[in-house]
This record gives sequence, C-alpha cells and structure tokens, in this order.
Amino acid sequence: MSGGGRIERMPTGINGFDHVALGGLPANRSTLVSGTTGSGKTLFAIEFLARGIMRFNEPGVFVTFEETAGHIRRNSASLGFPIERWEDEGKWAFVDASMGIGEEEQAIGSYDLGALVARIQHAVRQTGARRIALDSLGAIFTRFTGVETIRHELIRIASILETLGVTSVLTAERPAEYDGVTRYGVEQFVLDNVIILRNVLRQGRRNRTVEIVKFRGAPHRSGEWLFTIDPQDGIVVVPLAFLMSSGRASSERVSSGNTELDEMCGGGFYRDAIVLMSGPTGTGKTLAGLRFIATAFEAGERSLFCTFDETREQLLRNADGWGLDIRSMQASGLLQVISDYPEVASPEDHFLQLRRTIEEFGPRRLVIDTLSALERVVTPRALLDFVIALGAVLRQNEITTLFTARPTGRLMATGTPTTAEIAGFTDVWVLLQYVERVGEIQRAITVLQTRGSAHDQGIREVTVDGTGMHIGERLRGVSQVLTGDISPAILWAPESEETDGPSE
Amino acid sequence: MTTYSFRLYVAGNTERSKAAEVNLRFLCDARLPGTYEVEVIDAAERPDLAEEGRILATPTVIRLAPTPQRRVIGDLSDHDRAAVALGLPVLEEPSSERQRR
Repeated sequence: MSGGGRIERMPTGINGFDHVALGGLPANRSTLVSGTTGSGKTLFAIEFLARGIMRFNEPGVFVTFEETAGHIRRNSASLGFPIERWEDEGKWAFVDASMGIGEEEQAIGSYDLGALVARIQHAVRQTGARRIALDSLGAIFTRFTGVETIRHELIRIASILETLGVTSVLTAERPAEYDGVTRYGVEQFVLDNVIILRNVLRQGRRNRTVEIVKFRGAPHRSGEWLFTIDPQDGIVVVPLAFLMSSGRASSERVSSGNTELDEMCGGGFYRDAIVLMSGPTGTGKTLAGLRFIATAFEAGERSLFCTFDETREQLLRNADGWGLDIRSMQASGLLQVISDYPEVASPEDHFLQLRRTIEEFGPRRLVIDTLSALERVVTPRALLDFVIALGAVLRQNEITTLFTARPTGRLMATGTPTTAEIAGFTDVWVLLQYVERVGEIQRAITVLQTRGSAHDQGIREVTVDGTGMHIGERLRGVSQVLTGDISPAILWAPESEETDGPSE
Repeated sequence: MTTYSFRLYVAGNTERSKAAEVNLRFLCDARLPGTYEVEVIDAAERPDLAEEGRILATPTVIRLAPTPQRRVIGDLSDHDRAAVALGLPVLEEPSSERQRR
C-alpha cells in the first residue's frame, strides 16, 4: 500500500472506502463525517465499529446522541451486525446520550459535559475499545442551549479521545449540499480530518458520493466517489479499479468464437481480457456475444450473459435463428442469462447484482449486451465508474469479458465519447462500422487496441449471415475509418457533465 | 410533612462541583429545613452510576421525590430560578430574599 508516511492508518473495513482513503482513517485521531439528513452518516459510524469487530477484532464504543441504542441495535440486525451479542461479549458498548422522555432539563448557571466524558472513558476502559463513534454532534447542540459551552466541551472530548488511543468517527449535519461543512461550526475542532457524504439527485437519479476533504499530513484520493447502500453489504464505495493493482496478467489465450477475429487479435483474447465491441445496430454484436459464450460452453466452462437490450424471449428467439441452443446451455448449468431493463436499478445496484452473481456462479466469461442501454439512464461519469468497478472484479477473477456498445448515430463508428472513454479501460476494442467504398456501403471491422500483443492493424471487410460473422479481405482504399468523430481529445477529454457543483 | 430527595451529579472536586452542592444545600436549608436529603455522586469516580442515570452534563440535580422527577443542570447560581426549577416551596417570610416580581 502506498502512502502511509508517519501517520498510521486504521482500516475502516467499509467496502471500498479504505482504497479511497489509501489505507484507512488516520489512527488515534478524530475524523469528522459530515452530511445532510439521509446521507448515510449513522451507517458509516455503525459500520466503522461493526467492521472493526468483524474484520479486525477491535472493540468499539458507540456514543449516540440522536437515536436510542435500542433503535440502532434493531436497525443493524438486518445488515448482519449482532450488536446485542457483541455487547454481551464485551466488544461493543453503547453510551446512550439520546434524550429520553421526561429528561428535559433546565440550565441554571454554568455546566460542562463532565458526566458524558466520564461515561465515555469508562466504556472505553471496560471494552478496551480501539474505535469510537459519536453520532451525531448536531443533536447535542439542539439539546443544550449554550452553543459556546457545547463547542468547548466537544473540543475537550476530541482531545481526550486522542489521549485514550482510540480512533474516532464524529458525525455532524450539514444544512445543505455544497454549503459549508457543518451546522454549528463543529468542524472547528476536528478540522484535521474531514469526510463529506453527499446524497443528491442528478438527472432524476439518486447519487451518493463520499469525498475525503482532508486528512492532515496523510495522502488520500481526491474527488467524489460513488457509493451505494446495499441492504446486505452496507456502504459500498464503487470505483475500485484504479486502486487495485491488477497483479498478474494472464498469458493464456482463449477463442473469441470466431477464428478470423482470433487471428486479427493475435491468436484469441487473453484469458483476463476485457473486450469492447462497438458498432451500429445490425453489425452482429449480439451474435458475436452468443458465439463467445457458445465457445465457453463447448469447453465446459461457465458463462454469464447479461442483456439490457432484449427480453430473455427475444434473445432465445434470435439464438434459435442462428442455430444456437441457449436453452440446453442454460439447462446444463453452464450458462446463466440475466435480462433486465436498465431502468430498474441504479448502475451501482446493477454492479452489486453482477458482482454477487459472479461470486456465486463463478463464470469464466461474461457478456454485457449492451452498455449503451445503460447509457440511457445514467450520466457518462456513472457509466464509466460502473465499467471501472466491474473491470476490477473481472480482472481479479480472470473472467474474459465482452462488452458491446452501440453508437447513437447510425453511421458513426466509435459511438459516443463515453464509448471511447470506456474503450480506454479495455484491452481490446473491436470496431464494427459501415464504410463507403467505391459508391457502396460495406461493413468493416478493425481491432483498435490490444494490450501487449501483435495484432492486425488492418480494416477488413465483414459480412454477417445466418451462421455468424465472417471476416474477409482487407479493405484497401478506405483511409478514413475514424472519420472525424474520434480524436485523442474525444478519447480523453472528460465529459462536460461534472460531478460537483450544485444543480440549480 | 413532605420529604424531598435530591441526587446531585458532579464531575470531580472542582469549584463548579462545590458551588453546586453549596447552592443546593443553601436553598434546601432555607426552604426545606430538616425535610430533605441530598446524595452527591461524583461521575468521575462512579461513571457506572452516571451511565445508569443517563447523565451528560455536570452538575445535574435530579429531584427524586416528590414525583414527578425534575432535572436541572448547572451550578444553581441563580437561586430564585433554581428554586422554581426544582419546585421548592416559596419562602415563608419574604424578608432577606427578594420579592417575586
């Protein structure tokens, strides 16, 4: 792991978060986790302790100012956190500082939070806690009238926590997205380490992001990272791919299902390759996808076919027409077909579903037909994140993958700028397109990039018939395959759609 | 004869802790002579009791009897307001302490 320096890290154990944080939260320090209502602050605090117990056997103390301890116990049970059992085992302790009925109190003269401090210290000593969460500071400001007193007392608590050798997460409310860090100026005393959780609607979709605003003296990744709250896995920070070193790279070749294409790629795809096949409707992408899995089936390998374009019935009917018996492949247990409308879930949820299926089913090959269907419902950035996140899972498991994509314009080869950006993360880009040649429209195929292997740079003719795709001769005299719509600028320029900035 | 019972939570032997106890006893001696009891709990020494009583702020006075319970936080330096907040009887001869407005 890079980073580190002299500031020790404490991994949170929260899915994906520690990659963004380059190892975890600064150890023995306080970190402020700030967000609007419903942004997942309390869950972050709960998971910080729960993952600590489950993954690192580190006890924790939960100080709750808002919800009652009973409420938190009940809500956490569905995530598989047996808090009550942990309490019995002395691994988890609550300091319930929520306001009970009949506990309204009037302030006369000066006071401090000495009893709270004593209770926290007591709980930390009793459990031997390494982690502590305080949720949420705003509630204590509404309970006590003396804002200055409370602010002073929280500063004192934060410094006491550091001397106790615990790593703490303090949550606080933000009045609105993109407007200061917290209400009540809580950040003044935990200014060193600040994380913001956001929950905004963009293009009609709920987008949750996490951003590490600062870690004093400790490197971290910048920017907003998408996350989702999964009913089983809790918080999952999605784009993991940049962060996981791919480690080994396979040198084994597998067939694409088309011998001529294998030839063009220098002898088939690498076992861990991610292949993007883009082309207009009618250029044979779905058929290529079906051939790709049929090859796996013949080799006795499992594959997963995921269609966002067609219903299961349409897919079966098309396969029948091409003489591919999908039904018996499915019946053999070697093929699983997922058919979903992209609109039914967010890309994060699609990602989680795919990841779960991959874990459970263990396919050697995956087809997603088509990514462009997802483009209908998400921002380009979210789609890219989806591909990156999925890519990490696929490479880790050495799953040979074929993504298909369709340009929006009928004759444009490369598709939208997003397609080009996605291509940047794949190993092979197979481009199908229509070209004009001596007064006639023909289909052409090009292999644009292949990681570390010699491949055919030519543009070749391709025909599609009932038996599949046939790659023919080199098309000479076609010079402008990439007419206009692909340039390095389009390939790499970020979308104008940005992830920050208020959507007013 | 009504018996008043108070529990005073403090944190450590600080000026503020001492002031709260002095003020509470002064009020009770004046208004409830011989009919009250005060139990002082130091949260620093007995955090378990502070936990049990769900106490955050110190000093905190809880009037345990008569019911209903009443909670007041602070060093009780404003005697009049403290007396009202704790539901203490009004002084019989309104002489030394100032008249209620």
